[in-house]
Amino acid sequence: MRLSRFNIAALAFGLAFLYLPIVVLVIYSFNASKLVTVWGGWSTRWYTEFFNDRAMLDAAWMSARVGLVSATAATLLGTLAAVALTRGARFRGRTLMSGMLYAPLVMPEVITGLSLLLLFVALDAERGFWTVTIAHTSLTMCFVAVVVQSRLAGLDRSLEEAAMDLGCDPARAFVAVTLPLIWPAMAAGWMLAFTLSLDDLVIASFTTGPGSATLPIRIYSEVRLGVKPEINAICTLIIGFIAVLIVGASLASKLSSSRGDSAAPL
Amino acid sequence: MTTATDILPDAIAEAPLIVAAYPMPLLRVDGVSKKFGAFTAVDGLSLDIQAGEFFALLGPSGCGKTTLLRMLAGFETPDAGKILLDGEDIAAVLPHQRPVNMMFQNYALFPHLSVRDNIAFGLKRAALPKPEIAARVAEMVALVKLGGLEKRKPDQLSGGQKQRVALARALARRPQLLLLDEPLAALDKKLREETQAELMELQRRLGTTFVIVTHDQDEAMTMADRIGVMKDGRLEQVATPRQLYEAPASRWIAGFVGDINLIEGEVTLQDAHRLTVAAAGAGMLTVAEPKAPLPSRAICLAIRPEKIRLSRRAPTSAGGLNSIEGVVTEVGYLGGLSVYKVQLDHGATLRVALANTNRLDVDAYGVGQKVVAWFAPDDCVVLPR
Repeated sequence: MRLSRFNIAALAFGLAFLYLPIVVLVIYSFNASKLVTVWGGWSTRWYTEFFNDRAMLDAAWMSARVGLVSATAATLLGTLAAVALTRGARFRGRTLMSGMLYAPLVMPEVITGLSLLLLFVALDAERGFWTVTIAHTSLTMCFVAVVVQSRLAGLDRSLEEAAMDLGCDPARAFVAVTLPLIWPAMAAGWMLAFTLSLDDLVIASFTTGPGSATLPIRIYSEVRLGVKPEINAICTLIIGFIAVLIVGASLASKLSSSRGDSAAPL
Repeated sequence: MTTATDILPDAIAEAPLIVAAYPMPLLRVDGVSKKFGAFTAVDGLSLDIQAGEFFALLGPSGCGKTTLLRMLAGFETPDAGKILLDGEDIAAVLPHQRPVNMMFQNYALFPHLSVRDNIAFGLKRAALPKPEIAARVAEMVALVKLGGLEKRKPDQLSGGQKQRVALARALARRPQLLLLDEPLAALDKKLREETQAELMELQRRLGTTFVIVTHDQDEAMTMADRIGVMKDGRLEQVATPRQLYEAPASRWIAGFVGDINLIEGEVTLQDAHRLTVAAAGAGMLTVAEPKAPLPSRAICLAIRPEKIRLSRRAPTSAGGLNSIEGVVTEVGYLGGLSVYKVQLDHGATLRVALANTNRLDVDAYGVGQKVVAWFAPDDCVVLPR
């Protein structure tokens, strides 16, 4: 079906609304001028500036480490939760458990951040890399659980039974049959978790300590002193990186659903 | 449960019963029950299956046949009773430790593995040496005629090919007992008939004991040595296909297996192995006396449509035959057979099946034709009401 003129206009307007600010940001990241709002010709000097900015690089490295560790931990925990909820016997309160797992998806980040801060203070934990990582793990594991659970629900239960019938104990049946079929969903979940962790400002600022700022915290504090063109360059890099991960995640989930049967997680 | 032999005429009773030949069954199910919440799926069921037998569990959906099969495979644990395999109670043994394999209804082939790896899956778990695994896979591939498809993935196979892979995978470990859950349900009619013959051939060649679950009577009748008919978690009758059809043990079985005319009646005279019965809507009939004593005079007569003949006039050699007059009210042409509905002058309706032996159809009876329906006393089964 061809799009009518009205539909084309609506689509263009919608996309412009979403992407115009980003396009402006990307273009201005190549601005040669020192002033953010004045165009001074093409240049990549702000990218060079960023790669020489020690503090900014430290923050980026911190974000990368938090992302890697928390995404991996969230993938493990989220998968376990998904397996327990789809594969476990129908225990009492199962619906409640499943609802509780999903609630953090819609919980305001301020509340999550504040409650974690209170917990860390009460435990007298030194705030820094590990507290942010733990906070991000708890934020992102429910996203992983959703993705993996929808894949598991689409898998035929008799596949595991067949594996057991052919000599696998339940654990080996999981490793030999279920895991190969859900790993694309797990990979998609991991990438999603990593992206979320990289994006997060609110929870990280509640749970981090002195000297361990993540990239969004660093950018935010820089911007408060005035926007430097260097920030545009960093943001452009982040956008590119996240775009790659999102495409990767959706490819992985497509692969996951083309194997076997139904239920595309993303 | 009445055993089939009690009520059988001698000719059918002499059909060899495998039960007599072996003293110890391969599989003994002893008083097994299984409940799901308030629903009793299997209710104190006992059954013996001999080594080398092809046994079918037949029944309407929800009768507990699949639950019984899953208990044999180990996916469900009985609430009560024993399951003895070769004399050993396996009721609590986990699926992977049983010398039993199952072919799943939807085949449950591993989508990420090739045909070869699917078949080899169980052999690898058994930690067989590699050359042995390769040899067995090759043997299985040849057995189910899958040559050339070893590298394909399940989604590149047709329904019939998937069915063969599932069979090969289940047989590869050389189980003592192979369980088949509706193995042919997903195939179309023609392929199903071919596959039935192949399965029987395979079973005879390997000598493996097969227990098949099916809701398809024709499938059970064609393939099985013996059939256990289940209803509400219990076995109604265990018998050879022929006994089941010709000597149903109860009114329910008679109605469930094949097509049948059921007429209620009252025994008025019992003499020289013949009963005279006042049948409701069919007049006075003479039938053979059953071997088992009847609990009361109120009985039910069961007669298969193809055991009744039709003619325009009463048969001349009517000695001992029952003949009842009526009118044809409906004719169903099925190709090989025609099924006639005959309204008897006494009130009852009979279904009569006649083979269409004459291509030009000169002897067919049309609607409204006055006919005489007749049958021999031995062709009628007497059942308690």
